[in-house]
Amino acid sequence: MKFSDFVAVDAIRSNVQADSKEAVIREMAKALVDAGRIAPGEFEGIVKAIMKREDLGSTGIGRGVAVPHTKHPSVNRLVGTVAVSRKGIAFDSLDGEPVQLFFLLVSPPDRPGDHLRALENISRQLRDESFCNLLKAAEGPTDIQHLLEEADRHGLVS
Amino acid sequence: MNQETLSREVVVGIRQGLHARPADLLAREARKWRSRIELVAESQRVDGKSILELLTLAAEAGTRLVVEATGPDAQEALEAIGGLFERNFNEQGTERSS
Repeated sequence: MKFSDFVAVDAIRSNVQADSKEAVIREMAKALVDAGRIAPGEFEGIVKAIMKREDLGSTGIGRGVAVPHTKHPSVNRLVGTVAVSRKGIAFDSLDGEPVQLFFLLVSPPDRPGDHLRALENISRQLRDESFCNLLKAAEGPTDIQHLLEEADRHGLVS
Repeated sequence: MNQETLSREVVVGIRQGLHARPADLLAREARKWRSRIELVAESQRVDGKSILELLTLAAEAGTRLVVEATGPDAQEALEAIGGLFERNFNEQGTERSS
């Protein structure tokens, strides 16, 4: 699975102002609403479900990256977006480091395979530290979009 | 120091596959041991102590994996990690109830 298969480019945010876990999740979910990928009426329910998942264990997977996610019946295909926080946000990560790079995923409950393959793609690409750093340093959403497209095309990682 | 590699086969019993939460639990367990821990799938071998690497397995329900442990506490590490799979990482909604 490629980034372009699940990342809503209109919902990419390169400089989120949020300063807490819940605030960044809200900002990203709102971006998906604004991009028309999730219904406005489902916004609160989706935020709540993602926070509930975080309570089970942080999705901060290390290297300054987190993958907050949930299953939700209101989507019929996997939707996601990317956000960068310049200053980093405390996220109870595996390695204790603040998180700068976020991939938020909302998947239909009956498609666990798609969710797994999105996680696979994200983690495979992010093993490359320079790719991680380029994303964190992106100047705007278009930069992020181009980096993701490049990763899709070439696989920055061998 | 004993550097013999011990291994055992495990099956992913979680319906959702080896997603973020079980991968996190697995990496945390693997990090408790001094031995090198690797998970081997059909076409790849990854570091069991890295959640990023574990997620690249995209191991769906029913996938067979081999856990390899090399080091002084290999036996104990294998038992602990095998136990996680046997308990389906304490998740609800599992494929097989064992």
